[in-house]
Order: sequence, then C-alpha cells, then structure tokens
Amino acid sequence: MTGLGWHLIRGYAILVYLFMFLPVAVVVLLSFNASQFGSFPMTGFSFRWFVELANNDAILRAFRTSIILGLLTALISTTLGVLASLALVRYRVPGANLVSTLLIAPILVPEVVLAVALLLFLNFLGINKSFTLLLFGHVIFTLPFVILVVQARLVAIRRDVEEAAMSLGASPIQTFFQITLPLMLPAVLAGALFAFTISFDDITGTLFWKPGGVETVPTQIFAMLRNSISPEINALGTVMIVMTVGLPLLGAAIARTLSKKSGL
Amino acid sequence: MSSVHLKNIVKRFGSFTAVHPTDLEIPEGHFVTLLGPSGCGKTTNLRMIAGLLDPTEGEILIGGRRVNEVPIHKRNLGIVFQNYALFPHKTVAQNVAFGLHYRDVPKSEIPGKVAAALELVQLPDVGERYPKALSGGQQQRIALARAIVTEPDVLLLDEPLSALDANLREDMRVELKRIQDKIGVTTVFVTHDQSEALAMSDKIVVMSAGRVEQMGTPEEVYNTPASEFVANFLGASNILDATCRDVSGGTAQLEAPLFGAFGVPAAKAGGVSPGPARMVLRAEKLLIQPPGTTAEGQVQAEARIETVDYQGQTVRYFLRVGDTQLQAINMIDERPFEEGAAVTAGFRPQDCAALPVEAPR
Repeated sequence: MTGLGWHLIRGYAILVYLFMFLPVAVVVLLSFNASQFGSFPMTGFSFRWFVELANNDAILRAFRTSIILGLLTALISTTLGVLASLALVRYRVPGANLVSTLLIAPILVPEVVLAVALLLFLNFLGINKSFTLLLFGHVIFTLPFVILVVQARLVAIRRDVEEAAMSLGASPIQTFFQITLPLMLPAVLAGALFAFTISFDDITGTLFWKPGGVETVPTQIFAMLRNSISPEINALGTVMIVMTVGLPLLGAAIARTLSKKSGL
Repeated sequence: MSSVHLKNIVKRFGSFTAVHPTDLEIPEGHFVTLLGPSGCGKTTNLRMIAGLLDPTEGEILIGGRRVNEVPIHKRNLGIVFQNYALFPHKTVAQNVAFGLHYRDVPKSEIPGKVAAALELVQLPDVGERYPKALSGGQQQRIALARAIVTEPDVLLLDEPLSALDANLREDMRVELKRIQDKIGVTTVFVTHDQSEALAMSDKIVVMSAGRVEQMGTPEEVYNTPASEFVANFLGASNILDATCRDVSGGTAQLEAPLFGAFGVPAAKAGGVSPGPARMVLRAEKLLIQPPGTTAEGQVQAEARIETVDYQGQTVRYFLRVGDTQLQAINMIDERPFEEGAAVTAGFRPQDCAALPVEAPR
C-alpha cells in the first residue's frame, strides 16, 4: 500500500510539473520549427525565426530598451535598497517599523492598482509620461525585493565585526567598503538580479507607464500578439526564458562561489 | 601606551542610569579588570573608553588628552571581542594586517609585522587560512594579534575568554597575561569571572549596578572586601551579624552570637565602629575538624554537617551552627566528613574581616 501510495504521489507531482512547464516547453520547441505557422506538427528544425528576430528592428529596439531599463532599475533599486537596509538595521530610525512596512508595501498592493495610482498621481501633478517615470515605476516595485534580501543578510552580519574594523582605524565609510559591503555582497547581487529580472519581465506597470513609441520586450510581444501569432514570438519567448531563468541561476552560482571563497 | 582616566563619568540610557558617577584611573602599562555581574556597567565603561558609546557626563582622558570628541577610529585602540569578530572574508594575515593599512606603516614592513604578531600568539603558520578554518581558541589568538600589531595606546578586552571551553580558557588566561607583560600595553579587561580577574589583574575594579564597589589589588579585594557584595561576588563567604565592642590598638573586638568574642585586625575592619557590625568569613578559612579538636588561637563552634559537595581536591560543606547555615570549603584530608556528622568548626580571628552594617539600598 505504501509503495503504491508513493507511486501515486510521484505520478501526481509529475502531472503538476507537466501542467506548469509543458506550455513553456511547447514555446521553446516551436521556436525551432521550420514552418510558417507556429503550430504542430513541426515540419523541421531551424533557427530561421531567431535570425528573423535578429533582423527585426522593432524587437531589437525593444530589447535595448528593456535591457537599459532593467540595468538602470537594478542599479537604482540596489543602491536605494542597500542604503535603506543599512539605515533600518544599523541605526535607530524613528518609526522604523512603519518605514519598513511602507517600503515593502508595493509587493502587497496589486500591480494594476499601483500602476493606475502612479499614473493618476502624475496626471494630478501635470507631469507627462517619460522613460524616467517608467524607470521610477520599476524602481518602486523592485525596491521591496532588494530590501528584503539585503536586510536579511545585514541582520546576520555581526555588529562587532564592524566595530573591530573601526577600532583598528578604519573610518565608517572605509569600514562599509572593506567589511560590510563584501560580507553582504551575495545578497546585494541577488537583489540586483531580482530587480533586473522583475523589471525585464514586467508588463502590467509598463503598459500604463511607458510613453508613446517606447516598447519593452513584453509590451512588444503583447503588441505583436494583437496582430497574429507569429513563430517569431516563440523565438522571442525562448530568448526571454533564457534570460530570466538563466541570469538568476548564473547569479546564484556566482554568489555561491563567492561565499565559498570567503568561507562563510 | 597611555594611561586612561574616566573622570566623573556618567552614562544614562533614557531614564536608566547604566553608570553612576565614576572616577577611574588606570596607570600606564597596568592591567585593570572591571569585574561584576552582567548589567553592572562594566561593558558600558569599556565601550565608552572605546568610543562606541558617548558618556552622558564627564570626561574620558587617554594619555592625559580628552578624547570625548575623538571617534573610535582615531583613538588608536586595540579591542578583542567576546566572539572574536574576525573578518570572515579575509585571510588570517589580512585580518592581522588590517589596522596597519590605516597607520603610517610602509607597505614593505607590513608582512614582517604580521609575522611577528602571529609568532607572539604562537600561531606562525596560519596566515594563509581563513578564520573559519581555525578553532575558537586560535581565532581568539588571531584577534589578539590583530589588536596588538598596531601598537595601540590601550588594549580593551571585552570578555575575551567567555566563548572558550573551560580548559582552553585557563591556557588562554596565562597566554594573555604573558603577552600583556611582554608588550606592556595598558589593558582594560572586562569579565564576570572572578578567577580570571584574580589571576590576571594588577588591579580589580568590582562593579555592581553601575557603581564601583571596590578598587584594589587582587589580594586587597579578596582579603578585605569593602562591601558585602564584594565579599559574596569573589568566592564564597559567610556573612554574619556581630557586635563591635571596641576598636583600639590595631584590633577591633567583635562578638558574634555563634562564636563568642574575638579580635580582628583593624586593617580588616575598615569603617567599623562600636555597635552593630557584620563579620565576613571566607568559606576557605572556616576549618572543619573532628569534634572536640582544640587548636591554639582558633575561634570555634560545634556544628553539624548538612550537605557534602565533593569536588575531588576540595570539598564544600554546608553546616549548621545553632540555627545558622554556614559554608566551608576545605582541602580534603584523606576523606571528607559524612553528612550528619558532628564536627568542630573553627577559624583564626585574623582570617576574619568586618564590615559596617550597610544601609538597605
């Protein structure tokens, strides 16, 4: 009976995974389909859709926008997130709990609500949509992830290590760059990766905030889908998957190597 | 190397006073221990000397110079923390060299100084390893090397032995004292362990509830406690009511209900005047003997043993004299007395100290 039970559970788990990942696998598979139509049966194996992708100016532009947006979001979010975490963990901030909750809140608020709210707010202020505002929008909802990851790490770094560095003659800023930052680097990198992939993936907020004529990869796909389902989209989807799954895995591997080196 | 002077220092956290007005002078090159239970203010004092806390009132002088406004990284200190506080992402050699980079030490001299410091703590071969790869005792030696390689004016030790195993702690105690003697640095040591304090210090400052109870050499603090707190905190003491009849000719005449009348050297009865007083008798000074033993110059009482706490080399007896419980710690002569045995408890009057009756706090 127990043997059978385990088999059932195993089978069930496999079904769940199939349900979750089969559609993704289909997209990846079809992106290599030689046929004009993005559907089964496959007529042959080909990279033609990737080549076409590489020649599509609109998509290339969208890629460039997404990457620039993602990198800037990661940079700003990580910098702000690290500073906020330092303040909240290392110093006595009046109302620290409230500040902390407010900083995490964007995760809890549905993205559509956040998107509309920011848009209405900008209208109210009479500010036009621009790339900068899109960037700010992305910073707002990636910041909580950075703060959560970095704070957790910072709490685990003993204060007396920093005190020891200062007692040996390092100023607070030297102590931060010599001791605190290297010790929390894995978390900082993880936070930056989170911020990048979330920004790179985002569609809801981006649709609301992007100025006319600017497309990110997700909004570009969305626009293309409105016309027809081209096999190019499958290829684009595959590239997206590689970037958003591959990058964090790479990051995790780097973080692990780093922390192994420092014997943490 | 410099003297340290806490001048009428006070530290309050909100409405809580962690350190009541304290004046403390630590002469150059001395090894001074701040001893007391947790929450007595000893660590607060250390952190104020370090510059990790600001005093609410008073001045801190290092080498005669006021340092209240000098931040920690400019005070030229060495600190050893309870949990080593080594930098986990740097090798042992990089840890030890850390402070040298912030001083005017030519780059070419750094490896030599690091090697000498590692030699001093008897770990010359671990420079390339990471702290994680070392045992607790080794890590604490490295922390010590890191703190002294910069030739600090003052060495601050914040319970550096507390995280170590009992055996290791005794080895490190000897080691620490040897190194301090060798480099002669002014040292402030914070501990709650009386045996560490007695073994290592030139001077002990016993603290309780933010106040200095007594300041003196280990012998003074141990033999002539200035208060009941000190008598109880350093070792086990019997503290009993007594009456002082007279103080004259270098002797204070005491009368205790259990032991009758005897004379205590006036030097051990500071502040006692005729009237009610307290007698302090260390557990090691109360000798347990077969019943009926008479010994020249001993003050004696008949007693009954209630509990025997056998510790190998010594034994600790809880005994009853009349309706008072006393404790005695004696070397074992062959075998201890048994529970319930009738014995004669005695002590030499010069081993007893007397205190004035303290006002309730």
